[in-house]
Amino acid sequence: MHAPETMKPFRHIGTRPVRPDGVDKVTGKALYGPDFKAPGMLWGAILRSPHPHARIVSIDTREAERLAGVKAVATGRDFPTLESLVMHVGEGASDIVDVAHNCLALDKVLYEGHAVAAVAATSPEIARDALALIEVEYDVLPFVLGLEEALAQDAPLLHDNMFTKGVKPRPDKPSNASMRVEMGAGDIEAGLAGAAVTVEGRYTMEPVHQGYIEPHACVASWNGDGQAQIWCSSQGHFSVRSLTASVLAIPQSDIRVMPLEIGGGFGGKTTIYLEPVAMILSRKSGRPVRLAMSREEVFRASGPAPGAIIDVRIGADADGRLVAADVEFKYHSGAYPAVDAGAGVSSAIGHYRIANTRVVGTEVLCNRPAAKAYRAPGAPQVNFAVESALDELAARLGMDPLELRLKNAAKPGDPQTSGLPWGKIGWIECLEAAKAHPHWSSPLGPNQGRGIAGGYWGNYGGPSTVNLSVAEDGTFTVATGSPDIGGSRASMAIMAAEVLDVPYEQVRCVVADTASIGVSMVTGGSRTTFATGMATVEAAGEVRHLLCQRAARIWGASPEQVQWRSGEVVCLSGDKQGETMSVADIASRSFHSGGPIAAVSALSARGWLPGFGFHICDVEVDPETGHVAVVRYTAIQDVGRAIHADYVEGQIQGGVAQGIGWALNETYIYNEEGRLDNPGFLDYRMPVASDMPMIEAVMVEVPNPDHPFGVKGVGEVPIVPPLAAVANAIKAATGKRLNSLPMSPERVYAALHPEG
Amino acid sequence: MNKIHVNCAVNGDATEFLCDPGATLLDVLRDTLGLTGSKEGCGSGDCGACTVVLDGEMVCSCLVLAPEAEGRSVATIEGVAEGSVLHPVQQKFLEHAALQCGFCTPGFIVAAKNLLDRNPDPTETEVRYWLAGNLCRCTGYDKIVRAVLAAAAELRQERTPACTRPRQ
Repeated sequence: MHAPETMKPFRHIGTRPVRPDGVDKVTGKALYGPDFKAPGMLWGAILRSPHPHARIVSIDTREAERLAGVKAVATGRDFPTLESLVMHVGEGASDIVDVAHNCLALDKVLYEGHAVAAVAATSPEIARDALALIEVEYDVLPFVLGLEEALAQDAPLLHDNMFTKGVKPRPDKPSNASMRVEMGAGDIEAGLAGAAVTVEGRYTMEPVHQGYIEPHACVASWNGDGQAQIWCSSQGHFSVRSLTASVLAIPQSDIRVMPLEIGGGFGGKTTIYLEPVAMILSRKSGRPVRLAMSREEVFRASGPAPGAIIDVRIGADADGRLVAADVEFKYHSGAYPAVDAGAGVSSAIGHYRIANTRVVGTEVLCNRPAAKAYRAPGAPQVNFAVESALDELAARLGMDPLELRLKNAAKPGDPQTSGLPWGKIGWIECLEAAKAHPHWSSPLGPNQGRGIAGGYWGNYGGPSTVNLSVAEDGTFTVATGSPDIGGSRASMAIMAAEVLDVPYEQVRCVVADTASIGVSMVTGGSRTTFATGMATVEAAGEVRHLLCQRAARIWGASPEQVQWRSGEVVCLSGDKQGETMSVADIASRSFHSGGPIAAVSALSARGWLPGFGFHICDVEVDPETGHVAVVRYTAIQDVGRAIHADYVEGQIQGGVAQGIGWALNETYIYNEEGRLDNPGFLDYRMPVASDMPMIEAVMVEVPNPDHPFGVKGVGEVPIVPPLAAVANAIKAATGKRLNSLPMSPERVYAALHPEG
Repeated sequence: MNKIHVNCAVNGDATEFLCDPGATLLDVLRDTLGLTGSKEGCGSGDCGACTVVLDGEMVCSCLVLAPEAEGRSVATIEGVAEGSVLHPVQQKFLEHAALQCGFCTPGFIVAAKNLLDRNPDPTETEVRYWLAGNLCRCTGYDKIVRAVLAAAAELRQERTPACTRPRQ
């Protein structure tokens, strides 16, 4: 898209250049996780539990080890004995004991698909055959899948040492509730009692998967001297390093992780599943070992987003002013404690000014794969309930649903749910843009309805390292530690070129391995353009400063006598006044004027701001089949400032599509034996091109004053509003409120034909 | 297990390989011939990331047994560009930012080129249905569809594809 640019004081910011890694990716040359092979490599395979909950009595690997071509076998016993240690990587915290046991079960399997043993062999076929020779004796235990069932007094316990965190006093006996989070203000019961109109409802959904198209894969090579290399795709190779080193109890600097291109993550590739297992197999065999998941393994064993039960009560006065909101939800955390409840609590109702609030979230363990971050983790579920309930409230009040939201929308300075004031947020601006958008007032056809919903996500900053170096010919290289999942190399090059005031093509950006750049947090939390961008801007500013110093030295002038102007250095006074020196001139003489020119910025970015979005969705419902088609969609979002406008729009459009899939099609389906019945893309139905309309992404720019170019995070916000926007559109089209996701043809048909 | 000897053409080059009777064409392309541009997203024909063209017909190479390639012509993503000159579909994918992670991109480009080889002037709906066998989780398809329509227009020597014209 090459729409005319609006007048901006920038040369590069907000433009749409071709990404530097683009040609490799449209020609098939780019190497992704499953594409890498090392000389002498062995092929690994993993044996997984057929039971949702069982004690491992014994594992006999002798037959497998005897099979010709098998070079190594591993079980959970091969991990060192680990002490509990909570590490903050990815989007949330993990205990390394849980991480290790999730990679290979130790005493118990906690879900169908839980890894039990692994082999490495000279061919994939031999590896598969060897798995069949491993004998595992299980003591099968009762299992639990449902949220309320898992919280029942007599529920099977996943972990007998789990005492609910966040409850005082500490509970006197263990349970499947791993954590409880509560926030609020005022007096909720008095607030509701004083309301002129109240609504209440229960909203439910099963887990959904991130659905990245690239399955997890890695190659590991661990030498006898303790040093290792890992080639893998991930959202953060430094997290792969720190987690793998921790579960194997070895120094982080002994592992060098080489980042391969990543084929989508959406939060699901912020942890490790295969790397330490491949490491153990490599150490045992003395050869590099490849492990890769099949699609079925991805569904059964990598982390879905939690399903939920959400109870909501909201009250307003007769004028439509919200006076009380009570939200209580339970989220699946699966086999191990997860951390979506905290984000769910802070993402529930903070976009409105409400005097009396109570938001409570509980994480519930159950015999499902361990939940992992999925794009705005914890926010879409609770938002679905709150924004659906608000629509019901607007109907009771006889009020326009957009006006209800505008009337109550939080402004900068208003308190969040935590009590802290909002910073410079652009929520009202989004609502105003929606009201003025032609979509809002356009006519609808037969069987069509229009729904709206708003939502937000807190975003993040955090640690990033950037090395910006000047080549001898005056071109620039930006090295970051941030995997590029959606165009971040282009964004970094844009920001560096902006600071340096040079052509975009004069700056190239690479993703460096863990030995070649300093620590950087995962690409997640919508942090990369913000935080790694901030480091890029800082490094570029330092390089500009160094170039000025060098020019002054070469001229024999003082630093005060020179200035950076239009991508070169100008001498302002003295006998060289008016002369200019190009970067190429300075760089070519750098070896004799102080050495190579480069700058490192290693920072923990602060000053991030949340992003807000408001969506308008038109659906058409087929009354004969219950099929829902999204026929028009507009997503309005405060992006702070768009660095690469195409990739900002792309994030918004992609988040909307995932949200529509979540709303209409996607769900984990377990059978009565506790086994997943739809571990493939045929039965786990993600949106395809013919399901979708064009998605209009409207970028509102309320710049972040704490970022050099005004960036706010972009990627996660757009998955928050679609669930309710679609549900509200279906209500408008049919008069039926659907409280359970997905709103499949079967459910819509049943709502339209209650008589059966 | 005895290997099967197969002769075929891959991107116009005479190619021979040995494979297990049960090997898929995708396995051979990726692991034997080193052509890793075709991706495995599912192995069950549901995602289209392994799309190749076999004697002019678009197929999921994960659903084709490698011995079936005997005597036939296989076209993969690696053969879409002519040397270093990108095909218009590839060029428009770049210009329209029609990829984010890029993992599904080879399959989409092979499928889109096959569409335009047959139908030089597809409607938006025709593009969406032709590409319905290819999953993309990043883009929401908007920019992919626009890129394909723009490539079609370029191949027809037109400037503005129908769907990007202002609404009437």
